[in-house]
Amino acid sequence: MRYLCLVHFDGNEVFGKLDAPGKIQLDIDSLGYNEELEASGNLVATQALQSANTAVLVRVREGRVSTTDGPFIETKEQLAGFILIEARDLNEAIRIASGIPLAKLGTIEVRAIYDIPRHEGAAP
Amino acid sequence: MTSIDAVWRAESRRVLATLIRLLRDFDRAEEALNDAFLAAAEQWPRDGVPANPRAWLVSAGRFKAIDRLRRKARFDRVAAELALADEETEMAPEPEHIADDRLRLIFVCCHPELPPDAQIALTLRETCGLLTEEIAAAFLAKPSAIAQRIVRAKSRIRDLGLPYDVPEPEELAVRLDAVLRTIYLIFNEGYAASHGTELVRVDLCDEAIRLCRLLIALLPESDSEAEGLLALMLLQHARGAARTDRAGDLVLIADQDRRLWNRSEIAEGVALVEGAMARPVLTAYVIEAAIAAEHAIAPTAEATDWREIVQLYDLLRRADPSPVVALNRAVAVAMRDGPEAGLREINAILEGGRLDDFRYLHAARADLLRRLGRRDEARAAYAAALELTHQAAEQRFIEGRLNELQD
Repeated sequence: MRYLCLVHFDGNEVFGKLDAPGKIQLDIDSLGYNEELEASGNLVATQALQSANTAVLVRVREGRVSTTDGPFIETKEQLAGFILIEARDLNEAIRIASGIPLAKLGTIEVRAIYDIPRHEGAAP
Repeated sequence: MTSIDAVWRAESRRVLATLIRLLRDFDRAEEALNDAFLAAAEQWPRDGVPANPRAWLVSAGRFKAIDRLRRKARFDRVAAELALADEETEMAPEPEHIADDRLRLIFVCCHPELPPDAQIALTLRETCGLLTEEIAAAFLAKPSAIAQRIVRAKSRIRDLGLPYDVPEPEELAVRLDAVLRTIYLIFNEGYAASHGTELVRVDLCDEAIRLCRLLIALLPESDSEAEGLLALMLLQHARGAARTDRAGDLVLIADQDRRLWNRSEIAEGVALVEGAMARPVLTAYVIEAAIAAEHAIAPTAEATDWREIVQLYDLLRRADPSPVVALNRAVAVAMRDGPEAGLREINAILEGGRLDDFRYLHAARADLLRRLGRRDEARAAYAAALELTHQAAEQRFIEGRLNELQD
C-alpha cells in the first residue's frame, strides 16, 4: 500500500535554533534517509518544498480564476515537503515516518493513498 | 519471485520473532526482516534458494541490522554500544532457540502490563502477520486507532523492559489464560479468516496447534485448560480438507464428505477430551472440545447427537455466559427441536442487542427463516449478514443463498 508522509514544521523555530553546521547536518541526514528508503524499496517519490510564503493559492469559482498568497492555513507548522512511500501497512508506514530526520523537529502526517475509483459508463 | 512470496508467508513471522530476540527491538527487527527479504530477492534468483531459508534470513537480517547500527554509530553513542554488544556476544541463531521464539513473542504480546485490546492487535500483527488495516476491519475500528494501539504497546514493552521470554513455571500458570486465548485467536483467524480470498489459512492453524503442544510440554504439570484447547483445535482442524470444495467455496458441516476428515487428529482430540472430562473441574475449552468431538464422531450428519450437544452448550453457558455461546446453542436447539424453536432463541439474543454486528448471527437467523419458508425475512437477514462479511468465500456462499431465494 502507498502512504504519503507530509512533513510539517515551523521554519522560523527550527532554523532559529540550528547553527550552520546543524543545518548542513540536517540536509545530509535528510538526503541520507531518502537514499536508505530508496535502497529498501520503500521510496516512491520525495520532494522538499520552498518556504510557505512562496505559495500561491488557486481557486476557480463560476469560471473565474482567483489567486491569493499562501499559506492555506494560518498555523505555525507549515508543509515543508513530502515522501511518498510503499509500505506493508499503516504501522510500517509509521515506522518509516518516525525515521524521517525532521520528525525530531516537526510533525509527520501519514496519510493512506486513496485510489479514485473509475465509474464504468460514466462520462469521462 | 513466487518462491520468495511463499517463503515470506511461511517464514516471515518466525524470522521476525527471532530477530526481535536478537535485536531487542520490534521496529529494528521489522526493518531487518525487510532488509533480509530484499537481499533474498536479489540473491536467490541468482544463487538458488538456500537449504534452510529461515536460518539464512535470520542471519542476513541480523547482519543488515548490525550494519545499520554501525553506520548510525558514528552519530549515536547508544547505537555504538549496541553494535558493539552484538559483536561481542556473537549471538548466533541456535536452532533450539528459534523454535521457542514465537512462543516468547506471544508471551510478550500478551503481557499483563499491556491493555487487553492492545494485546490482541499486537499479537495478530506480529505473530500472525495480519496488516493493521485488516485488523481494523476485523474489529470494525479505524486503522489509525489500531495503529496507535500497536505503537503504544511497543513503546510500553520497550519502556518497561518487558522480558522477551517464556516465564518461569510458577509465573507461567498466571499468564497462561491470556496466552491460551491468543493461541485460540490465531487458530480462529486461520480457521475462518476474517479477511481476504482464502477461507482457511492452514499455516495459522498448524502454527497454533504447534504452539499449544510446545506450551503443554513446557508446563510443569498437566493443565486441563491447555489440553482442552489442543483437543478443540485438533477436532476442528480435522475437518479442514472437507470445509471447502475445489473452487474454494464453503461446504457446511452437514454436506461435508466425512471421509475427508482426519481420523488421527480426531482420535487424539477425542482422547484428550475424555481425559479432561474425567477431571473434577470442567473448563470452557474442554466443553467446547467435547461439542466438537460429538460432531467428529457422528458417522453421518443425521446421526449427530443434538440432545447431547445442547446439554454441553448448557454447561458451556455457565462457564462462558457470552452471547456467542448463546447463539451457537440456539443453532443446536434448532437442530434438536426444529427451526421455530431456534429462531425464538436467536431473536431473543438479537433483542439483547449485543450481537447486532455479528455476521454469523444474521447468517444463522437467515438459514432458519429460509427453512421455515419465510423467504422475504430470510433475504433481509442474508443481506444483513452480507453487509458484515469481508471474506470472499463467505460472501459467495451468502450471495448463492440470496440468488436461490430470488425467484
